[in-house]
Amino acid sequence: MHGLINRAIQSFVCDTYGADCWRRATRRAGLGFTQFEAMLNYDDGQSRRLLAALGEVLGRDRAGMLEDLGTYLVSHPRTEALRRLLRFGGVTYVDFLHSLDDLPDRARLAVADLQLPALELREHASGRFSLACGPGLPGFGSVMTGILRAMADDYGALATIERERASADGAEVIAITLVETAFAAGRRFDLGASAR
Amino acid sequence: MMAREHLGEVLGRLCPLHALLDEAGHVTHAGPTLQKLRPDLAMPGRRFLELFELARPRAVDTMAGLVAAPGGLLRLRFRDAPRTAFKGQIVPLPGEGGAIVNLSFGISVLDAVRDHALTSADFSPTDLAIELLYLVEAKTAAMEASRSLNLRLQGAKIAAEEQAFTDTLTGLKNRRAADHVLRRLTGAGHPFALMHLDLDFFKAVNDSLGHAAGDHVLQRVARIMLAETRSYDTVARVGGDEFLLIFHRLTDRARLGEIAKRLIAGFEAPIAYGTQICRVSASIGIAFSDGQGGDDPADLLHRADLALYAAKRAGRGRARMFEPAMARREPGKGPAAARAACPEPRRQ
Repeated sequence: MHGLINRAIQSFVCDTYGADCWRRATRRAGLGFTQFEAMLNYDDGQSRRLLAALGEVLGRDRAGMLEDLGTYLVSHPRTEALRRLLRFGGVTYVDFLHSLDDLPDRARLAVADLQLPALELREHASGRFSLACGPGLPGFGSVMTGILRAMADDYGALATIERERASADGAEVIAITLVETAFAAGRRFDLGASAR
Repeated sequence: MMAREHLGEVLGRLCPLHALLDEAGHVTHAGPTLQKLRPDLAMPGRRFLELFELARPRAVDTMAGLVAAPGGLLRLRFRDAPRTAFKGQIVPLPGEGGAIVNLSFGISVLDAVRDHALTSADFSPTDLAIELLYLVEAKTAAMEASRSLNLRLQGAKIAAEEQAFTDTLTGLKNRRAADHVLRRLTGAGHPFALMHLDLDFFKAVNDSLGHAAGDHVLQRVARIMLAETRSYDTVARVGGDEFLLIFHRLTDRARLGEIAKRLIAGFEAPIAYGTQICRVSASIGIAFSDGQGGDDPADLLHRADLALYAAKRAGRGRARMFEPAMARREPGKGPAAARAACPEPRRQ
């Protein structure tokens, strides 16, 4: 699995639960190291063992933990660069939702070997959407659920976001109901201001 | 034909950075983003060439010259600050006189967005400017991650080199490794012999045939030393042409004398380098640790140095065993002093 993904998990755990928790989890997973490099690739088995170990160390279920990871990626100051890249998706939350179909391509444009599952947004009625997350990266639907929640806050939109089900082929579906597009002020996004 | 004000309206949505010019070259309508760049200056009514300075085509000061730009291509910038630069295209309006100029920030879009606080809404939806900005940020972040990885790898490489026990040129052990072995052996109380070997005439090879020849010689003598020692002895390169050989559990003077003689004989055989022949020899000082304890690595090295100094003084290509009398004669002088005392004759 790409180092960026592993590194995201590392930052999330260290910033949220502390470096001690992180070290315990890496030991429990038998990684033999504690620092992931964002620009290297790692064996999928290492990431699987790490997530299992984290669940045990933190006493949390995987889905909830990964949702929190998604929220962290958008809302923590350390990951401001990622929030900005997501905000390039559109001027409003609805624009942003529609830009998700392009997200895997956008990610690959930035980092050529970063493979994200396909995403497909469907609009069922005004304000009611579903996002299908393709197979290939187990738990990605949970991370996306957290990202969608945090991005709604970022845009100042009021929305309910629920993970619905995983289909037989491993695809996950997220239901999005938009209650109000301009519920709060949201966070600023200046095109010309780069992160940090 | 569409009325001019309608044309401006349509163009404003498609090309927010456009200007409509009349036949005299005055702006009759400016797109919303172009006008946003100069909020305090109403563009309609102004002469286009008073607002903008042309870089290409150069020295044009009439509407006719502007419209005659090859391919309609323009390079221009604002005359006043901030002097945002643009790429542009001018297309004459058929029949009516006047022209449409469409502008783009081109590669200076990053500065323009920052200088004028532009938002996505200031660009046409088909404009790739936002994608370009996205790409710059994404690539900068990825580059930063790669750069920090490179820095860490470089740091790790330096640390690994500092911890290395091997001399990369000859494949022999290095000074660190030799010190480590000496400490271990003196600490464990095993008897051993320490040979300090200094090449003779090596500088002449380096000076006359170059460093590549010198390196070749060093590799050759390294092979000879490895061949003349046992696998559990230690052979280390501790200076440019200085070596330490540590013979574990071997203090037999006769045998060590034989080994030293074979080493010198091996070194003195001519070494071919391309069409050239390199000739070197070696001076050797030998000191002993009897394994009774109490030997300090620094003392041992000093005794081997004194013996080496004696060998140098006796003429080159010799070996000397340490004797207490040497310490009385030359207190505290090592091979550097010996070399200074006996400058190497240049070989012809």
